[in-house]
Amino acid sequence: MANIMIQRGSKGDYVFYLPKRDLEDAIVSMEFDTPEKWGGEIKLNNGGSYYIEPQIAPAKLPISLRARRLDAAE
Amino acid sequence: MSALTREETEALIQEVLEVYPEKARKDREKHLMVNDQSIEQSKKCITSNRKSLPGVMTIRGCAYAGSKGVVWGPIKDMIHISHGPVGCGQYSRAGRRNYYVGTTGINTFGTMNFTSDFQEKDIVFGGDKKLAKVMTEIEGLFPLNKGISIQSECPIGLIGDDIEAVAKKTAAETGKPVVPVRCEGFRGVSQSLGHHIANDAIRDWVLPRREGKAFEGTPYDVAVIGDYNIGGDAWSSRILLEEMGLRVIAQWSGDGTIAEMEKTPYVKLNLIHCYRSMNYIARHMEEKYSIPWIEYNFFGPTKVAESLRAIAAHFDDKIKAGAERVIAKYQAMMDEVIAKYKPRLQGKRVMLYVGGLRPRHVIGAYEDLGMEVVGTGYEFGHGDDYDRTIKDMGNATLIYDDVTGFEFEEFVKRVKPDLVGSGIKEKFIFQKMGVPFRQMHSWDYSGPYHGYDGFAIFARDMDMTINNPCWSKMQAPWLKKAEPEAEKKAA
Ligand code: SF4
Repeated sequence: MANIMIQRGSKGDYVFYLPKRDLEDAIVSMEFDTPEKWGGEIKLNNGGSYYIEPQIAPAKLPISLRARRLDAAE
Repeated sequence: MSALTREETEALIQEVLEVYPEKARKDREKHLMVNDQSIEQSKKCITSNRKSLPGVMTIRGCAYAGSKGVVWGPIKDMIHISHGPVGCGQYSRAGRRNYYVGTTGINTFGTMNFTSDFQEKDIVFGGDKKLAKVMTEIEGLFPLNKGISIQSECPIGLIGDDIEAVAKKTAAETGKPVVPVRCEGFRGVSQSLGHHIANDAIRDWVLPRREGKAFEGTPYDVAVIGDYNIGGDAWSSRILLEEMGLRVIAQWSGDGTIAEMEKTPYVKLNLIHCYRSMNYIARHMEEKYSIPWIEYNFFGPTKVAESLRAIAAHFDDKIKAGAERVIAKYQAMMDEVIAKYKPRLQGKRVMLYVGGLRPRHVIGAYEDLGMEVVGTGYEFGHGDDYDRTIKDMGNATLIYDDVTGFEFEEFVKRVKPDLVGSGIKEKFIFQKMGVPFRQMHSWDYSGPYHGYDGFAIFARDMDMTINNPCWSKMQAPWLKKAEPEAEKKAA
């Protein structure tokens, strides 16, 4: 499990940030993206993917979360 | 010499790599690239933020340098103890030229070196007692200090001292903040992790101190973050922001104070100049206090105007009009500077190799003078820095990460730039090779270079260096063959 941060990019997209490794990347897909259910498997632009426990969509971004790594890019 | 083509640049990289053993060659190959603006993701073609190769001459610093030297050091009213042996602090003392106002030794301490001067017995028996004693002494000798930060050097982590406990105890005694920073030099691959650790220490030990206290804010409060006031940079930036109607309530950390930092959670917008060293705290404040942040660039009139407008876009029409007024006010002065220096500098080619933001930020300033940046690289940049750089650099230019002494020399020999901008360690090598050189960390004891006033100085300095008559005197007179005849004829 790793601490990650999800924020809004300049174009309204989600941006993923992993402080431990200073990794900033765009999120290309998120499994659930509705107000009631939000999260699940997220895919990064660099090919990596993480899993965050589906939850109610956060009221504001950025938000720090715990995520599980499914597949790292490098 | 005309610019190299993509193929030539690629061949140059291969040629330089040839001297390495196979394993080293493979590793270094990943850190060098030929720029291609169509690439969206730097990760595919350049690797960064990796451990330097043993045996090569790297130009990087350590985590302690990133924390004490960069982030914490310039906070002028605190005393920063270099905790450990004397050398780390003494050899880097006052080297960064972070200007500040105040009386050194009375209420400001920027250029002084405080150390716990570890000896053998401190390593064997632990240095916590000594640290407590040092801090008591400091309180007696410099009662006007506003707090202390403990900057760990390598041995502290190795012997496992509990500096947090000492910090808490002393803070309770003196009633002033005492911040332990775990920035031992061996952590991470470069000074970059030191920035991060320092940011985390600010987050945990400084920002919460004023939470919930009254603060008389205005809708125009901003903080300048990641400007270290080298040669007065923050001052020449700050006046522009104030002229357009904003209120700068904190400067991080050049000419900054701890009180300013504590007040930062009350600002409306964080302005980030050095993204690499301070983005962590900006992200934290965005999450915790909902303060948006933007990156700006105050090098060269084009970028200054662009940045002022981008900053103003976060505020109302009054500030937007203010930004236009400031841009218009300095336009004439900038035109004059460009009219004077552009003809002397037009077409000159520059290679850079600097730290956190300048490899990409200064490109605009050179372009304003009609110059071209043909190679650039970061000592300790990360993927997101390179993502941002690719767009700013021309096609087929060289980009190098954590360049080694050997590679840099070879690149300069072949690319033959008219100017190299890097640090003090590189300066004399290139000057002896006959290449004009400017230190782009400390502005070669000049500055400021930020803002409109800074650009005038920047232009003058570049002209002074490139067009210096000494570069035509590189060859001893008796080695010059037959040339005088030709010269006479021409004359
Ligand atoms: S690496 Fe360690 S010993 Fe060397 S300067 Fe940094 S803190 Fe000091």
